[in-house]
Amino acid sequence: METFLTILLDGLQFSSYLFIVSAGLTIIFGVMKILNVAHGSFYAWGAYTSAFFIGKFSDMGLPDALGFLIIVAAAIVVGVILGFIIEQGILKHMYERDEVLIVLATFGLFLILEDIILIAFGTDPYFAYQPMALLESVELGGITRDVYGITLIGVAAVVAVGCWWLLNKTKWGTLLKAVIFDREMGISMGINVPLVYTLTFIGGAILGGLGGAYIAPTISVAPGLGAEVIVLSFAVVVVGGMGSIAGAAIGSLIIGLLRAIAVHEVPQVELFVVFAVMAVVLVFRPEGLFAPAKPRKI
Amino acid sequence: MFNDRTAKFLLLAALVICVGGAFAPNWIVNQFMFGFSRALAILGLMVLWRTGLVSFGHAFYFGLGAYAVAILDSKLGVSDVFLRLIAGVVVAGVAGFLIGFIMRNYRDIFFAMLNTAISMVLFGIVVKTESLGSTDGFAISASTIFGASPETKYPLFVIITLVSLTAALAVNFYLKTTFGKLTTAIRDNEIRVEYLGFSVAHAIHLKYSMSAILAGGAGALMAMSLGQVDPESMINWTVSGELVFITIMAGPGSVIAPFIGSLVFEVLRTYAFELAPQAWQLIMGAAFLTIIFFLPGGIWSLIEKLGGKKNEK
Repeated sequence: METFLTILLDGLQFSSYLFIVSAGLTIIFGVMKILNVAHGSFYAWGAYTSAFFIGKFSDMGLPDALGFLIIVAAAIVVGVILGFIIEQGILKHMYERDEVLIVLATFGLFLILEDIILIAFGTDPYFAYQPMALLESVELGGITRDVYGITLIGVAAVVAVGCWWLLNKTKWGTLLKAVIFDREMGISMGINVPLVYTLTFIGGAILGGLGGAYIAPTISVAPGLGAEVIVLSFAVVVVGGMGSIAGAAIGSLIIGLLRAIAVHEVPQVELFVVFAVMAVVLVFRPEGLFAPAKPRKI
Repeated sequence: MFNDRTAKFLLLAALVICVGGAFAPNWIVNQFMFGFSRALAILGLMVLWRTGLVSFGHAFYFGLGAYAVAILDSKLGVSDVFLRLIAGVVVAGVAGFLIGFIMRNYRDIFFAMLNTAISMVLFGIVVKTESLGSTDGFAISASTIFGASPETKYPLFVIITLVSLTAALAVNFYLKTTFGKLTTAIRDNEIRVEYLGFSVAHAIHLKYSMSAILAGGAGALMAMSLGQVDPESMINWTVSGELVFITIMAGPGSVIAPFIGSLVFEVLRTYAFELAPQAWQLIMGAAFLTIIFFLPGGIWSLIEKLGGKKNEK
């Protein structure tokens, strides 16, 4: 029972941060049809920025509770700055080019952003444990868990509900759906598609940054962070169906829980399981398990 | 086969490089060995790229080739350079042929992603399996040639040069055949190719298997020239990215392009690494973006422009 609970909580926590990151990736893909490799860098930048400032603030003797503010601020600052520069500086000029070429351009951006991290933050790992220490831990059904990790599940839920609300209950969501459904028709109806693209990209980047910023206190923030997370989020969006928020949620639950089971029961297959699932889904349902039916356009 | 410019150039280059290598300092020999080993994989990716397909997972075949050499070495003690090369090629070729049955139905990012998934499955297995060297990988003993163990790296260098340039000749020949010409045709319009009476699936399957064979050979040669294999530098998705990077940088214009591209890559990386050890990826990434933006035909298109009409056959 205790192992079961541990696996369940580990899996949910892992799914949660995967979901936050993948939601950003999938929104960008859904609206702009860009598979953004540089998304891994948003994550890494979020993690580094929050870890750096949490450490700095703590050194200056400021209360640790500010850490949560820093996390949110780091995500927004990273998302807005990087998202804006990349979309306006590079991607905007590529929308007419081949999809695959845009993927490659984002790979180039990924390489660049990875190294700017090294230059800005150095190669030594950062530990920003303060927010985690602040929330202490609780006893749950016989096991001790960090409260911080459990709040992560809450944050993911908030992100999920927020996305759903934004897409289905606001005017913005309607505009987005119109653009996703038919970009040209959207333009002719007077939707400012370039603006929608810029905001979507920034929004996705903020989610990528938030995933990193929120997970930072629980890990050692070290180089190579982005490279690992981006393939995992690829797996998530492929399993769930690219461009669908619900798909990202289901994908991250599947991947997160499977990985948690593997880590506890058969650690040898930890990575294997994730990508084997991704490959199998691609083979049998290339559009993903829960991709919505697509209208055929003539 | 030997009366076109590219073929003549390749033959001449093979001669010059093999002779020149005898007098060249060690570091140049090394750069050529790494560059030409990798170029073999780029050749295959170039054929796919011409067909409009980009694989973000060919490190799978590269890694299979390299690990075939490593496992032959550590478990059976095979050190002959040709046996090792054949092992790498066969393992990757068989895998590529089998996986090709699935892969030939995929295009665009689905093709790229499925390849990534498969390569990461191998990565996941190797990283977590103690008997496959886990994250440390294997050191590979020096290669022997028909029982003789050479004292310098020169013989291996000659073999790599000859093998890779021969492969380039073969690919050059292939691209001139009808089936080879189906590359750009498929990229431009699959339906018309089908109407002409060719099976697109078969054509892609063949090209995919070819690229797997070439990548396997490249991995085997790379393992022998490095004397070391590990998953991070042989199978991880970043290696696939690197291979695609060189393919795009080199350009699809000619079978000579992959060699120039790989050499430029090696030199760029070595110098960028020496100049700014923390910023070499930045320099590479910036170079890559510049090429995507301003030089869609890759470095090769520059050479074509400089050569002007002379290079037209």
